[in-house]
Amino acid sequence: MFQAKAADPTDQESAERPAGGPPSVTLHAARLAFDGVALFEAMDVALEAGRITCLLGPSGVGKSTLLRLLAGLTELAPGDRLECGDGRPLAGRVAYMDQRDLLMPWLSVLDNVTIGARLRGMAAYTARAAALLERVGLAGRERDRPAALSGGMRQRVALARTLMEDRPVVLMDEPFSSLDAVTRYRLQGLAAAVLKDRTVLLVTHDPNEAIRLGHNVHVMAGRPAVLDRAMILPGAPPRDPTDPALIPVQRELMARLGLAERGG
Amino acid sequence: MTRLGTNRLLRGLATAAGLLVVWQLIVTLGGLPPFILPAPLEVALEWAARREVIVHHGLITAAEILLGLVFGTVLGTVSALIIAFSRPARRWLMPILIISQAIPVFALAPLLVLWLGYGMVSKVAMATLIIYFPVTAAFLDGLRRTEPGWLDLAKTMTDGVRTAGAQRLAILFRVRVPAALPALASGLRVAAAFAPIGAVVGEWVGSSGGLGFLMLHANGRMQTDLMFAALLTLAVFSLVLWFSLDAVLRRALPWQPDTHPDEKE
Repeated sequence: MFQAKAADPTDQESAERPAGGPPSVTLHAARLAFDGVALFEAMDVALEAGRITCLLGPSGVGKSTLLRLLAGLTELAPGDRLECGDGRPLAGRVAYMDQRDLLMPWLSVLDNVTIGARLRGMAAYTARAAALLERVGLAGRERDRPAALSGGMRQRVALARTLMEDRPVVLMDEPFSSLDAVTRYRLQGLAAAVLKDRTVLLVTHDPNEAIRLGHNVHVMAGRPAVLDRAMILPGAPPRDPTDPALIPVQRELMARLGLAERGG
Repeated sequence: MTRLGTNRLLRGLATAAGLLVVWQLIVTLGGLPPFILPAPLEVALEWAARREVIVHHGLITAAEILLGLVFGTVLGTVSALIIAFSRPARRWLMPILIISQAIPVFALAPLLVLWLGYGMVSKVAMATLIIYFPVTAAFLDGLRRTEPGWLDLAKTMTDGVRTAGAQRLAILFRVRVPAALPALASGLRVAAAFAPIGAVVGEWVGSSGGLGFLMLHANGRMQTDLMFAALLTLAVFSLVLWFSLDAVLRRALPWQPDTHPDEKE
């Protein structure tokens, strides 16, 4: 009942991406409060076109809320402005990846990757999905159900599903935080490669992840929260965290997070 | 059948045999006359002697139960879908659903017989009514408890691409319905256990056939052994129905969280 239809080349989602690169995105959130306590006021976020912007900060500071505003999952308040550099609306151009893999247990791995097309009433482009699964290292697992996969594999499927959407803007909410250190490191490398030339917002609480993946890194802190000016990181992701040239960057980031060791 | 299944079946048979021994002991030691409590062997002999009558009435009851299950399931499923999808429908249908549950279905049985006659229709209606609420409530509960992350994901995948109605419909059928199937399966298991009650109560109130009719008839003539034979036939049919449905549902929904780890053998 919920199987993918046979691929029909005339009805596929192929040339969906418009000409021109990914857009820059800016969000001006006027005020957001929970139970009368302001989470943030007059918050401005700018995502540079084709770059990975990392948003760092402690839990509960409102990072995810900001991401949900961008994803269209939380209604914008009056006074909020969400704009793209190319002047077109952001809705329909966003792919969303959560900390949880959100795979649907009744669908095979392949059908999970192609669920977006079926939700849009289009034929699923299964050849491309299989190629993406191969790219994330899951060739041959197309027919498996999610329950048969490890946590790392499931998150790889989620990454493939995000890429299958082929959206110019990708919003990721702590996508690798539930993984073990080794798997996380590998997936970060993979993500940096496959997210090249997309406008990405990566919400994370891990400074090392921000240094490994971000072009621009923001720290969000305080209540009501404020966003500092972006740190522009040298070089291209994925960076090697053992690179001595990154030590000043790490020191600066630790200081911004208020974690600098004193008197050392 | 797997080894595990064979073990389960053997244990079930052992339990049944144990109950038969207890039954026989009560009859022998208590010195009860057959019209109060017939011995298992007498019941078995009566079943063999009257099997044509029992099978004839059993088939009528079975048909009522199965038809009731089909109609109740279809009505319940469709109602839950409509309530889950449309907000105005929810406002109008929810009260009807609650009222349908507030009126004891047994109290309706005489009315149903009066309106629909002594034939099968009133019994099918009875079985349908009795399972309508559990099926609707279970499915609706499942439809309302979709993992919010799946809905978020589906929303970002369809925002700006489909109209609001098409988006809601696609999310309903591609995400919420499959996610609610295990809940619907729970409702169907309850329905399979309740449907025989509906059919037999309907037959007791007024009928010209079926196991309930046969039991009432035998009771009037003090044929307690025939009553027991009919009762056991109904029990066996209900058990077979429940376990078949359970097996089908397990096979149809292999992803649903099955037994708790403690229950695995």
